[in-house]
Amino acid sequence: MPLLQHSNTPLLRFSQPNRRSWLQLHLMPVGAGKGNGLSVMNVGEIQKALHLQLCAGEKGLGREAKDGYCGDLLSDVMANSAQGAIWLTMQSHQNIVAVAVLKELAAVVLVNGRAPDEETRAKAEEEEIPIFSSPLSAYELAGRIYDLGIGRAEG
Amino acid sequence: MREYRADLHIHSCLSPCGDLDMSPRTIVEKSLEKGLHLIAVCDHNTAENAGALVRAGMRKGLHVLPGMEISSREEVHSLALFDTEGQALSMQEVVYRHLQGTNRPEIFGDQVVANEFDEVEGFNDRMLIGAVQLSLEEVVREVRRLGGISIASHIDRPSYSVIGQLGFIPADLELDALEVSGQLKKEAARERFPQTSGFALVCFSDAHFPGDIGRANTTFLLEDPSVKEIRMALREEAGRRVVE
Repeated sequence: MPLLQHSNTPLLRFSQPNRRSWLQLHLMPVGAGKGNGLSVMNVGEIQKALHLQLCAGEKGLGREAKDGYCGDLLSDVMANSAQGAIWLTMQSHQNIVAVAVLKELAAVVLVNGRAPDEETRAKAEEEEIPIFSSPLSAYELAGRIYDLGIGRAEG
Repeated sequence: MREYRADLHIHSCLSPCGDLDMSPRTIVEKSLEKGLHLIAVCDHNTAENAGALVRAGMRKGLHVLPGMEISSREEVHSLALFDTEGQALSMQEVVYRHLQGTNRPEIFGDQVVANEFDEVEGFNDRMLIGAVQLSLEEVVREVRRLGGISIASHIDRPSYSVIGQLGFIPADLELDALEVSGQLKKEAARERFPQTSGFALVCFSDAHFPGDIGRANTTFLLEDPSVKEIRMALREEAGRRVVE
């Protein structure tokens, strides 16, 4: 068996099964490798990774984010978003919380620097759905979330 | 001709966001208390309480127009106002044919069908908060075909309004008027939204709670409180007009 060297690990002599587990440990992206290969992080982890500003719903930061969705037509989000998705939108009225509850979305991020209305904040606290605000556009933010591996099958 | 103080945008308990206190009799009583001569019931994507409101109004000498607030595919809200319950129910049929989904009352609110005695007749199961899969242009065309008038709802609000959703008012859209919400005076609205020039502006309450009925209203000079007369007033025809 040839020895494998890695800059951060000592020289090792190992058999095939150990080599596989070594590869899994050191070469797969963080948070990946769960069943179907989709990345799953919780909302709090995504907040930290992307420096998102939390507006309400802190109690929901442990919610799992399995996917993402962009949309400003509530009827479209109700029809097409997946359970556990992070929803990017510019809609700031309280109906966004109702939709997030209905579709069991992970969190809502308001883009273009929008902030939630008072009623939206209150509802989000009640339902424990995190609402964030970001100065980025939906395009840019979606790209960054996608880059974390969220909602993306491992190729 | 005489003046009619009108609030033509009132939700009943049938709208999911409408308070359960918005029963037909309460709406009529509050409207008379506020000195209104004419009201319209405009629930989201339904007219199932319209008949009850019309009859409750008749008992107390208040004229009620049966209407609906329709959410187009683009999620633009517009008021559809008719003279008869039959016309409103015909438009409802069109709306229902293009509306999907079932309501979740624990999330969106109860949708109570009531009669003119404030008795609960049942609950509407449809997703009335949803969008009808017809374009705004198709909605306005259908309303006109059935003899009604279309008023773009609260154009000064960022959500669910024609300017908010589309960014502009399509040039060939045959709207009869634009509604400005109570938060903004008409002159201020004209300044902030220059796209409103060429359209008649009206102000109604969009009341979802009894206390909000009549908080914004518009006075018309009409021969009688009918849609035909209101249409003439909006166009300033034959002496009919919007007074204030």
